[in-house]
Amino acid sequence: MVNNVSTFGRSGVHDYLLVRASAIILALYTFYVLGFIAFNEITYLSWSGFYSYLPTQIFSLLALLALLVHAWIGLWQVLTDYVKPTGLRLGLQYLLNIVAFVYVAAGILIIWGL
Amino acid sequence: MNVEFSVYRYNPSVDAKPYMKVYQLDVPEGSDMMVLDALTLLKEQDSGLAFRRSCREGVCGSDGINMNGKNGLACITPLSDLLSAGKIVIRPLPGLPVVRDLVVDMSQFYDNYARIKPFLISDGELPPAREHLQSPEEREKIDGMYECILCACCSTSCPSFWWNPEKFVGPAGLLAAYRWLADSRDTATDERLSELDDAFSVFRCHGIMNCVSVCPKGLNPTKAIGHIKSMLVKRAV
Ligand code: SF4
Ligand code: SF4
Repeated sequence: MVNNVSTFGRSGVHDYLLVRASAIILALYTFYVLGFIAFNEITYLSWSGFYSYLPTQIFSLLALLALLVHAWIGLWQVLTDYVKPTGLRLGLQYLLNIVAFVYVAAGILIIWGL
Repeated sequence: MNVEFSVYRYNPSVDAKPYMKVYQLDVPEGSDMMVLDALTLLKEQDSGLAFRRSCREGVCGSDGINMNGKNGLACITPLSDLLSAGKIVIRPLPGLPVVRDLVVDMSQFYDNYARIKPFLISDGELPPAREHLQSPEEREKIDGMYECILCACCSTSCPSFWWNPEKFVGPAGLLAAYRWLADSRDTATDERLSELDDAFSVFRCHGIMNCVSVCPKGLNPTKAIGHIKSMLVKRAV
């Protein structure tokens, strides 16, 4: 058993399932938005209408949270593969997780601030 | 036919760093010799060249090397497989420390094998009065795993093993782990899975399948790893 506390999930299985679950949400959200773009004329009105529709707002929030989880675990995996000095790795992870968090916060403000 | 070989040479007690040495070998027309035979002839030219070999017929697993960029056993790889590239480039298995020339230090590989407890663990509740019998169906479940000869061709072609050899067990070790998980006589399934539950030991495998493409015995570690992952997931949810 290899212990690790810097990833997101409680165990390898937990991480594995979270990555897959969040990937499914992100894929569905991509189809949802692409579907809207494909079947509607994009104007300011239709776009802001789409994003003030409650299901879109909730789905967007869910997708943003899925992005945070997905990026956290995925980047942790990439960093533990390629960045060997521990200090540098933790520093990078700290920064990248903050960036991911900023995306979530900004997304929430933008969507719910409409 | 003249064949050019470029062979990795490194003797840590003499050389400051590794270098590639070029050899010419006259291969009789029509003799499709194996790379191991060629290495033996090269050693006649240059007795300092070091490599491992034993059974010379693909059974012992001691002559795993990297030939034109792909891992394999020297003794069962014919020169004709490699000649389309013009010359033949021979290097030690990647990702393990070099002891000398083509001889690598396999300690990490064996440590990972030892880590998965490669032996039958039985709590005695299935007492074998005489032999420990299995039905043919139960026995079939370990086909494709027990044949592994521990040549390390797979693990040393796996990027996940290169980056985290002390944490990720590697395809050979995991194939062996599944061999015991799938064995009807073994009763330590839960303990074995608990040892593999973390984010590295099994889950560092991302299914690149380099291991499958190099295994000289035609085994499929990726599939065995997939089985372990689903056992872990089933146990957890
Ligand atoms: S799985 Fe194949 S390549 Fe890997 S150690 Fe066993 S025999 Fe060698
Ligand atoms: S399938 Fe998994 S074990 Fe095999 S080479 Fe790829 S990462 Fe390594």
